Amino acid sequence: MPPDGFGGGPGGGTWQDSWLCYPHGMRQFLDFEKSVAELENKIDELRHMSGPDGINIAEEIARLTEKSEKQLRVAYAKLTPGQKVQVARHAQRPHTAEYIGTLIQDFTPLAGDRLFGEDKAVIGGIGRFQDLPVVVIGTERGSELESRLEHNFGMARPEGYRKAQRLMELAGRFGMPILTFIDTAGAWPGIDAEARGQAEAIARSIDTCLSAPVPVIATVIGEGGSGGAIALGAGDRVMMLEHAIYSVISPEACASILWRDPKLATSAAEALKLTAQDLLQLHLVDRIIPEPLGGAQRDPEAAIRAVGDAIGAELPDLLSLSGAMLVAQRREKFLVMGRDGLT
Amino acid sequence: MSWLTDYVRPKIRGLLKREVPDNLWTNCESCSQMILVKDLRKGLNVCPHCGHHMRATVAERFAWTFDEGVCTRIDLPKVVVDPLSFRDRKRYTDRLKDERAKSQLDESMAVAHGKIGGHDAVVAVMAFEFIAGTMGAALGEAFVAAARLAILQKAPLVVFTASGGARMQEGMISLMQMPRTTVAVQMLRDAGLPYIVVLTNPTTGGVTASFAMLGDVQISEPNALIGFAGPRVIEDTVREKLPEGFQRAEYLLDHGMIDMVTKRADLPAMLGRLIGLLNHRQAAAPLRPAA
Repeated sequence: MPPDGFGGGPGGGTWQDSWLCYPHGMRQFLDFEKSVAELENKIDELRHMSGPDGINIAEEIARLTEKSEKQLRVAYAKLTPGQKVQVARHAQRPHTAEYIGTLIQDFTPLAGDRLFGEDKAVIGGIGRFQDLPVVVIGTERGSELESRLEHNFGMARPEGYRKAQRLMELAGRFGMPILTFIDTAGAWPGIDAEARGQAEAIARSIDTCLSAPVPVIATVIGEGGSGGAIALGAGDRVMMLEHAIYSVISPEACASILWRDPKLATSAAEALKLTAQDLLQLHLVDRIIPEPLGGAQRDPEAAIRAVGDAIGAELPDLLSLSGAMLVAQRREKFLVMGRDGLT
Repeated sequence: MSWLTDYVRPKIRGLLKREVPDNLWTNCESCSQMILVKDLRKGLNVCPHCGHHMRATVAERFAWTFDEGVCTRIDLPKVVVDPLSFRDRKRYTDRLKDERAKSQLDESMAVAHGKIGGHDAVVAVMAFEFIAGTMGAALGEAFVAAARLAILQKAPLVVFTASGGARMQEGMISLMQMPRTTVAVQMLRDAGLPYIVVLTNPTTGGVTASFAMLGDVQISEPNALIGFAGPRVIEDTVREKLPEGFQRAEYLLDHGMIDMVTKRADLPAMLGRLIGLLNHRQAAAPLRPAA
């Protein structure tokens, strides 16, 4: 299986060189997980061995498992921003469709912007979150080549953002909270997208999101890429998974502009302060959702459950506020960003 | 609200002075023909041969836009400098210092109020010469201040945009200026005040994808480059040759993204007319906007 070479998005992709694939089941390991990969391969080999000394093998497996978990814990406790970029773009992290599949009952996809077309880079619809009717909108990258192409790798065209606006307005009319899931390298930089007003579509999407008289909870589940992310990100609560990233520009593009060298993407990743931990400290996001050991990609179900729990924890407070109050508070929240509270 | 009372009265004449003496020749950046600098200035930096609109400084915009060039600049609120302690090949604080010395501007947006066609108006002008007119916290603050001043004066807000996009050195704080400036536009909307955008060459990135595309009326100067992604990024991504005139003002007009393309010389009259028509409730004093 090829590594997720598309991670970088436009102007990116330099990290793909650092991917290493080990034949451990279908699991893809990152370069800094090399020792863990070796241990897990050994464990696999031992499992397939049979012999009279079976008990010793079981002991050895237990010992190695403990060792590999310890190594994962150590590595993931101190991921560098550059490593976080790799984890956030990991091909095996759960995607928006999987979050919807688990967290939303009776999910009913709604399609089209009623103006031009249907953009599958943005998926959305109505359903129930813990019995509460909600509107769900998110960018979807797709998971294998065919579906990635179908979803344009999660890079939306104006139709995607206009569909999002339509669904946000629908949510407002019917008093349904809006849950957004963000995982995109950015908005699609194509001729067609520009011809149909990509900038206007994003601007209007932010505008509509800020005006929705219902609770809006935005969650960055993988990569939050610039304008394409903020189009769905002006929420009452903005949450990030522990190893997700959120950035004004991809570290690769930033490095090639400011350092004139895309290979310095790791330096750019550090300088940009794009980790959940940095952004919480800057008061630009509200909550970090812990990921399972070794990242969401190792235990997608646990990651999805954690996101569900966080949404469930944030919703009651927001549901107690009137639509007008929600809009006023949301506007105030974004109106002060960059003025104060920065440490 | 001290920034509203601490007016700075600029000497327009002094600000307009440039280093190049009037009797020198220069070349049009589009048609390469020789132009006498004096003629170029008199002609609002528009090439007399091909009509190409060259860049304008903040001071020139204010001078050309307000009646008789008379306006009052406002002091803008100070913001946290270099919140990320950003350093690329140069420290961001040093870059800001150098840019300030070079451009004699504080930041990439300046705000003034005065009269246009006899109507009160607040005008915000973006300075492309200041770190490519990029949007950081200071620009957000300036735009919010301009909107607040307009609301206080029950005047319309006119913004001249020119931007390379986000201020990368401010990271996510820069991205958050997109919703922030959008809230400022919503405040004007709630107050029933016209918000007019004049797009100038070039306007791209996060600025286009926020306040620059949310005007009640969208005007562009001729041939201005306007888009979300820059042409080079698009070319690299789709690996196709870009169509003729792609992302230019006339292309956006054809695609329904703006209301009109207006020559620089005609802008003050057009702005005055639009303000007179749209802001009629303020002129007729007792009528209040529907809440």
